[in-house]
Amino acid sequence: MPQTLTKAAPELEERVMKRLEEIPGSDHMKMCIQCGTCAGSCPVVETMDYTPREMIGLVKAGYLEEALRSNSQWQCVSCYLCTVRCPAEIKITEMLYAMKYLAVRENMVSPAAQKPYQMMKKFNDVLRTFGRSWEMWFLINYYVFGIVNPFALLGMTGFAANLFFKGRLPVLPPTQGGVDDLRKILSSVEKSEVQE
Amino acid sequence: MKYLYYPGCSQEVTAKNYDVSAKAVAKTLGLEMEEMENWNCCGVAFMVAELEVPGYAVPARNLALAEKMGAEQMVTVCPACHIALQKATNYVNDYPNVNKTVNEALGKANLSYSGKVPTRHLLEVIYHDLGLEKVREAVKKPLTNLKVAAYSGCQLTRPLGKELGSYEYPVILDETLQALGAETIDYTRKARCCGGMAMTTAPDVAMKLCWDILEEVTRKGAQIIVTACPLCQINLEGYQTQINSKFNKNFNIPVVYFTQMMGLAFGLPESELRMKQNLTDTGKVLETAAKGGK
Repeated sequence: MPQTLTKAAPELEERVMKRLEEIPGSDHMKMCIQCGTCAGSCPVVETMDYTPREMIGLVKAGYLEEALRSNSQWQCVSCYLCTVRCPAEIKITEMLYAMKYLAVRENMVSPAAQKPYQMMKKFNDVLRTFGRSWEMWFLINYYVFGIVNPFALLGMTGFAANLFFKGRLPVLPPTQGGVDDLRKILSSVEKSEVQE
Repeated sequence: MKYLYYPGCSQEVTAKNYDVSAKAVAKTLGLEMEEMENWNCCGVAFMVAELEVPGYAVPARNLALAEKMGAEQMVTVCPACHIALQKATNYVNDYPNVNKTVNEALGKANLSYSGKVPTRHLLEVIYHDLGLEKVREAVKKPLTNLKVAAYSGCQLTRPLGKELGSYEYPVILDETLQALGAETIDYTRKARCCGGMAMTTAPDVAMKLCWDILEEVTRKGAQIIVTACPLCQINLEGYQTQINSKFNKNFNIPVVYFTQMMGLAFGLPESELRMKQNLTDTGKVLETAAKGGK
């Protein structure tokens, strides 16, 4: 992809690199030899702005904004093929999760990644509310309030009806998800994030 | 050994047939499996993607409860739960900053986790702890007439591997199905991704990945696909109609859980197999299997 890249502003670089240090295995990125095994293994690489190899290259070279604003981390299907094949033992899948986290923190989520971003958000909202997944609630929230496309939800009704008649679509919310514990656990986490 | 069974969200409803058949098969094989109560969602990869290090406290709450109960090992049937739980254990052990953050968060709910409870997939427990000889002994109706595609998918073996076998060409699912008398096909996409969650966010991408798998297994003569993952099951089975209309194909192949196949060979009743909850018609396969052993 021939284009001019811009180096990250020093403040952004400092902030992002400091957060990245905390992430398990991130130091391994220094060992990347740019061999491209990850890119060649990825089943969805053709949908990504930058290949996993390019993503690591961008971070190493300090082009953080390009990396964080790309759709690559959001396209990952978590199949871990890149991770297990990497000769430098970089946890590439985890590094792409880290890029999601950093993109959210820096308010740099790609507009093209609204669907996977909203999926993550709405899924976690269900977890925060019920402690366990509740597919029906999730789907309504994702389609109506997440990607704001209720028509897509209508398109799902045939599939949902199939599952429903087979007794595989939950109508009632889960009741036993340890949600009181989770609220305490997560509120402490989220408070400390705000203070930071 | 006593195992603490962590069902996971999918197995509560959308993959209830996996849950029911897994418990029935474990019972038949004499596995001591106690079901966990008051567990929470493992967070899949979503919690970690949103919160990073503190996100590991979500799966760790289950492990903290297990540790408190004195459980030696957790067992689950969902590869995604398996990864989330085992990764939390690994990181609590390997990274002091994860250990500190996770335990500080758990402390708010009066819990702590020292990283002593491994989580394993039911398939590896059956294969390694019990052994396939035990499985063979339990077979009442060998599945000799069946040609099966053992589909491991991605997350069953990756990234945890070890007892689950090769990352590239895992065979323990094949060997387990062979122990039931079935013939397994040799194909290249047995450990490739079905698209996972992309079926909701990027259906075109996921449907192509599913098409690749369905096309190869049917071309190679498989009558049924057997999986160990609730997401693979729903993607490969539930979207066959859409895939057919998109690619102008006519796939009609049942996709079942390995525990359903085991239960079938063990002669368990439909109430414990729940084949009728599958979206594709498993009737023909059941018929073929019933003629087995002759």
